[in-house]
Amino acid sequence: MTAGKWRGLVVPVGLLLAAEIAALVSPVSSDTLAPPSQIFGAGFIGLGDGTILKATGQTMLAALGGLGLGVGLGLVFGILLGLFVILDRLMEFPVEAFRPIPSVALLPVAMLAFGFGYSMEIAIVAFATFWPVLILTKAAIAGIEPRLLEVSRALGFNLFQRVWKIVLPAALPRIFVAFRLAAGVALIVAVTVEIAINPLGLGYAMMTAQQSLNPALMLALLLWIGVVGWGFNALLMLLQSRLFSRMNTAEAR
Amino acid sequence: MHRINIFRVFWMIASIGVGFGIVWLWQVSADNRWVSPVSLPGPDRAWTALMRGFTRGELLENLIGTVERMIWGWLLASLVGVALGALIGISARARAYLGPMLEFLRPLPASAIIPVAIALLGLSDGMVLAVIAFGALWPMLLATIHGFAAVEPRLYEVSRALGLSRLEVIWKIALPNAMPDILSGMRLGLTIALILAVVGEMLAGRQGLGQWILLAARAFRAPDLFAGVILLGLLGFASALVLSAIEQRLLRWRKTH
Repeated sequence: MTAGKWRGLVVPVGLLLAAEIAALVSPVSSDTLAPPSQIFGAGFIGLGDGTILKATGQTMLAALGGLGLGVGLGLVFGILLGLFVILDRLMEFPVEAFRPIPSVALLPVAMLAFGFGYSMEIAIVAFATFWPVLILTKAAIAGIEPRLLEVSRALGFNLFQRVWKIVLPAALPRIFVAFRLAAGVALIVAVTVEIAINPLGLGYAMMTAQQSLNPALMLALLLWIGVVGWGFNALLMLLQSRLFSRMNTAEAR
Repeated sequence: MHRINIFRVFWMIASIGVGFGIVWLWQVSADNRWVSPVSLPGPDRAWTALMRGFTRGELLENLIGTVERMIWGWLLASLVGVALGALIGISARARAYLGPMLEFLRPLPASAIIPVAIALLGLSDGMVLAVIAFGALWPMLLATIHGFAAVEPRLYEVSRALGLSRLEVIWKIALPNAMPDILSGMRLGLTIALILAVVGEMLAGRQGLGQWILLAARAFRAPDLFAGVILLGLLGFASALVLSAIEQRLLRWRKTH
């Protein structure tokens, strides 16, 4: 196990060393690239004076805000379509017509409707995360043991009780997978919106660094976005295994 | 069998009816100005803008621009992604050395390399193409590696017993086995290619639907903007349709087994 991890480090560290040596051998000052030492330097300065953390906070706020909205709406509609087959059949065409619209195509629409700032970014992230949650929640509910639903009917549950006591607990592990997927999408879409037009957060910080010909800071931010995305993903994986490991083993039995 | 088909057709028509109902609601809300017409024009005005754009030819040129960019970038990514994935996936050692780095890079938003690409290549067509190809590469690369790693080990043993060369193993055993993974990677890659094409056109000011909708929004020409959004939705829909048709054709052999 430790040997495996060690081998995974060989290539990245080797590449970094090679880049550093190449910069030492031919020290041309470049507007587009910087040696790793300068990248890490710029990254530590940015982290130290709080600019990178502030931008990270902005990006995360927009991503999480949009994620909350998209997941909430996706859950509600997913549960409705999952429970009522007639509704699902009726909405098939509208869903298939709206779903393939690329989220970035709505950037200018959101710009007109909300102007620049958090609300436009949150709206786009919500649109992008709504669809996977809707589809996967629907599928999760379709996978519920039918006898459970029969039991809820026999007990005379109303719709709210049925959702709260039977449907959500039974579908929760699969809904969490949808949530994890949507969370990854949320971060990607937030950074994309910032790079494209919204003057906010890490994406905009990268664009500013590029335009002010500061490649070290630009590449440091790229690396930081990678770290944030990886950390976010790892956190969600940990949550999933903590929360649902018991349920999964129960299911396997 | 017949009854099921009749049911399906009935529900399809009903569902399309609901779709038209939504468009009608949109029309009514636009007519009564429930939403500001600056940000949401009625479907009638969006439709007129769509038709006018096509008769003038501008919209078609922009559509073709985006489609070309998306397809070239995606093809480049498919070629490089599958080839690199095959090289890495066939060797357990390469997987052990490169896998962790690739897993770290995977959640990185593809759009985050746009500033780097602008710094290296400027605001050019080449930059947009490079970004599309790089962004769409990942799902195919990782799917190919995963597909190769998941091949039944006994098949590799059989191929060794048969004295197949490494290239033959890739072509005859690993690649067909990894095909379902690769195709789902290609599907994801095409979606990413469309998104990055639109973003790239917006930033670099290249001819295409991305630039069209951004300019329309900046000039407050909302009907033109919605015409572009509708076209992009259709493009997304059509590309998904074409890919699932290809998928079904290429994976026909799986069902017979």
